[in-house]
Amino acid sequence: MSQTTGNPILGFVHRRRRGAELFLLVLALAVGIGAYAAVGVGVEGAVPTDLIGYGGWLAALVVGAHIVVRLVAPYADPVLLPVVAALNGLGLAVIHRLDLTEDTGFAAQQLVWMTIGVALFVGTLVLLRDHRILTRFTYTSGLAAIVLLLMPMLPLIGNEVRGARIWVRLGPVGMQPGEVAKVLLVIAFAGYLVLHRDALALAGRRLLFVDLPRGRDLGPILGMWLISLGILVFQRDLGSSLLFFGLFLFMLYVATERAGWLVVGGGLFLGGALVAWQLFSHVQTRVNVWLNPFDYYGPGTNDSAFQPVEATFGMAWGGLLGRGFGGGDPGRVPFAESDFIMAAIGEELGLTGMMAVLVLYGLIVERGLRAALISRDGFGKLLATGLASVFALQVFVVIGGVTGLIPLTGLTTPFLSYGGSSLVANWVIIALLLRVSDLARRPVPELTTADDDAGDQDTQVIRVAR
Amino acid sequence: MNKPIRTISVAFLVLFLALMANVTYLQYWRADSLADDGRNRRAVDEAFSQPRGAILVGREPVAESVPSDDRFEYQRTYPQPLAYAHITGWYNYFNAQSGACSTCQRRIEQTQDDLLSGEDDRLFVTRLVDLLSNETSEGGNVALTLDPVAQRAAFDGLREVLGPEGQGAVVALEPRTGKVLAMVSLPTFDPNRLASHDLSVVSSAGEELEEDPAQPLLNRAIQTTLPPGSTFKVVTAAAAIENGLYEVGDDVPGGPTFQLPQTTGDTGLIDNQGRSCGASTVPFAQAMAQSCNTTFARLAIEVGAERMEEQAEAFGFNQEYFDDLLPQAVSRFPEEMNEPQTGQSGIGQFDVAATPLQMAMVVAGIANGGTVMKPYLVDEVQSPEFEQIEQTDPEALSEAVSSSTASQLTDLLVATVDEGTASPAAIPGVQVAGKTGTAQSGQDDVPPYAWFVSFAPADDPEVAVAVMIQEAPGIERGEIAGGLLGGPIAKAIMKAVINR
Repeated sequence: MSQTTGNPILGFVHRRRRGAELFLLVLALAVGIGAYAAVGVGVEGAVPTDLIGYGGWLAALVVGAHIVVRLVAPYADPVLLPVVAALNGLGLAVIHRLDLTEDTGFAAQQLVWMTIGVALFVGTLVLLRDHRILTRFTYTSGLAAIVLLLMPMLPLIGNEVRGARIWVRLGPVGMQPGEVAKVLLVIAFAGYLVLHRDALALAGRRLLFVDLPRGRDLGPILGMWLISLGILVFQRDLGSSLLFFGLFLFMLYVATERAGWLVVGGGLFLGGALVAWQLFSHVQTRVNVWLNPFDYYGPGTNDSAFQPVEATFGMAWGGLLGRGFGGGDPGRVPFAESDFIMAAIGEELGLTGMMAVLVLYGLIVERGLRAALISRDGFGKLLATGLASVFALQVFVVIGGVTGLIPLTGLTTPFLSYGGSSLVANWVIIALLLRVSDLARRPVPELTTADDDAGDQDTQVIRVAR
Repeated sequence: MNKPIRTISVAFLVLFLALMANVTYLQYWRADSLADDGRNRRAVDEAFSQPRGAILVGREPVAESVPSDDRFEYQRTYPQPLAYAHITGWYNYFNAQSGACSTCQRRIEQTQDDLLSGEDDRLFVTRLVDLLSNETSEGGNVALTLDPVAQRAAFDGLREVLGPEGQGAVVALEPRTGKVLAMVSLPTFDPNRLASHDLSVVSSAGEELEEDPAQPLLNRAIQTTLPPGSTFKVVTAAAAIENGLYEVGDDVPGGPTFQLPQTTGDTGLIDNQGRSCGASTVPFAQAMAQSCNTTFARLAIEVGAERMEEQAEAFGFNQEYFDDLLPQAVSRFPEEMNEPQTGQSGIGQFDVAATPLQMAMVVAGIANGGTVMKPYLVDEVQSPEFEQIEQTDPEALSEAVSSSTASQLTDLLVATVDEGTASPAAIPGVQVAGKTGTAQSGQDDVPPYAWFVSFAPADDPEVAVAVMIQEAPGIERGEIAGGLLGGPIAKAIMKAVINR
């Protein structure tokens, strides 16, 4: 549409900023390695003997990722990788701290998972030179996501952990396929919506305040979404259900630019929540525990609020500055190393640490949405928006649950929680965001044929405000 | 598509701000109230790991925190556990959080918890200095009014009489101030076991003590009320003199037996078990010295139920007055009695029931010229460096009788020691005033209770004592008498205080 000749983006070229990324990565490594050392000093009274080996490994992973970005995505956003490195390093230190008092070995495993995550990050960036290639796999991704979501329900490999059937176990290796499925679903949604957005937005009937699209336009994606949502509800995975629902809604809204979808979606959410509350006792329990946690805590009760109340006590105990590593008792909270890792951070690093982590998450979301804004293709916009939304929603649902803002639903805290599938999937999400931002910030090659423009304008959809 | 992307950016910003606001509310505004929650084990753990101040008797600690090498850094220890158990109480993981249990026994460890733990406002400056110099905050010390020699004499004397199984209590007061100089209750227990860091030891010790039929956890000096028997005749005599019916030199009604008004037969017949109480009248001093039941039953009826009640309440009956150990039993004098009931109450029977502390206050009030002082146990609170922060000022509870009545009563009680039933408490060279009591338990299978109250020296009293023997196994029923059993204990305590 732009009539300027030469560079269409008003002559503005993004700088690569790889030096800035390297500098921020050094800060991020200082956070990760410093936290690891502080754990040793605080809990055991001495700097860990393996600090050099551990720090070296962490530094090698991070610097390796940086070099690959420098080579294959030179224009990528320079903030994302350092923020992720800092979060991952902090998460490792906190898990290591819990290992020391709980006598577990999660940190070493998490470091292995991080290595795999970084490897997949590198693999994604190297193999996927242009994110638009992913539009070819729209339906494949959707189908794969559904298969993955179904896997925990299969006999033999399916596995129920703490009331939710979301695990697959093959021999010694367990994974949560839902974490991978969420990436695939974003790809599928983005690929479908970018093709059908105009049809969805324009064709169809108006009912109440909403322009309802035609069934053949909405049908496939609605089916895909309903199936995944149904599976999750069936598996009692409330957190993921909420996540997928919100994700779909936001992407539909961005694709069609119709705010009515948010109203419809919000109404559906309220209705669905009400029905779920009526039908499922475990939903009622969650809500009751959220409203009156202290009624379900202590002797004489079934102690179903033990985890959230201990987390609340712990975070309050941390106060503004925290008790310092080794100064608190975060092991009192069951599963502090996974879903409730924020409670451990709040207790030992205080409100200050919580705020720092929230700001880091906010930066990831902001950087993702920024990539969506400047992306030059619809698919890239939708993909980046979807991935950023997944991130924002997941952070809100899990941290809101742990801190008592909303009812508790089980989800992992991205990059902090112990858990392989989540960590690996999140590293891939970051790789995709970097790829979208790399393409968005890269200078546009000169387009020479002026005829293309004219031809384009003939078939342009003209929107009429009604 | 950029407009909706901007819109959801704002939506996500709102979500993140909501998270931040909620976390701030939780970790800043609610932090204090959550830390004070009795169910917050982190707060309990921390409080339990702090060094507490000492509880001092004289210059010696009877409760102190010593460093320990387990996960709680300090172990509370009680160097003289048995003699001071009912005073200090104990401090363990379960009662470390103040206010955790409102119905529980609250002894010095609990009633002075704020000070011992260092949270008291009076320690504010100390806390501030510790904060600035980055030292661990320590608790203040509590110095008790107890006299270590008197307490030891009371404990040894009572245990010798009672044996290991017996039940009884002793209280000694300083009449001028109301200071508790000695307070012992038997059977006793070892608070060190209840303060163990091994929680299973605590639980099993606690269970064992709770289930013991002898109720060793009970502080009988303030928590057991029993009929005071003849020791209550001091109150009856006080009422008679104070109301102008008789004076110390007068003859009072006496005689070998007295049939209570409105009664017939044995149940209403009061006798003197063979003691010499005249034919129809008897000198007042002899009536007191021989503990004449017939005299005091008649005096009580002459004084009347209402004025008897007034007099008893002036000494502290039907009231609570002791703040340092909780809870306490209220000593009872019945209201609205008819004549036979009044007569019985005049000799400390019917529904009259008193704690040993109450009976000590009766004699202390007389020793102090008629003014009953409010009893207290905490003499002084001190900073962690043993500097005095605050001293308790003695406080008058009531004017029980006039000073002339008090001196007449003193004469009667001196005569009781010199020539009467209370002679076992006599100390050579010191004028002692005293009164014995043997109260019917009212149950056939329960032996009578022996009492002894006294103070000395009579002309300038330094100590008032009450001894109560609830059950002394191994002593024949016929030999249970206040003077025989209680007298020597009271004597030992009085000697300890006078000779200090």
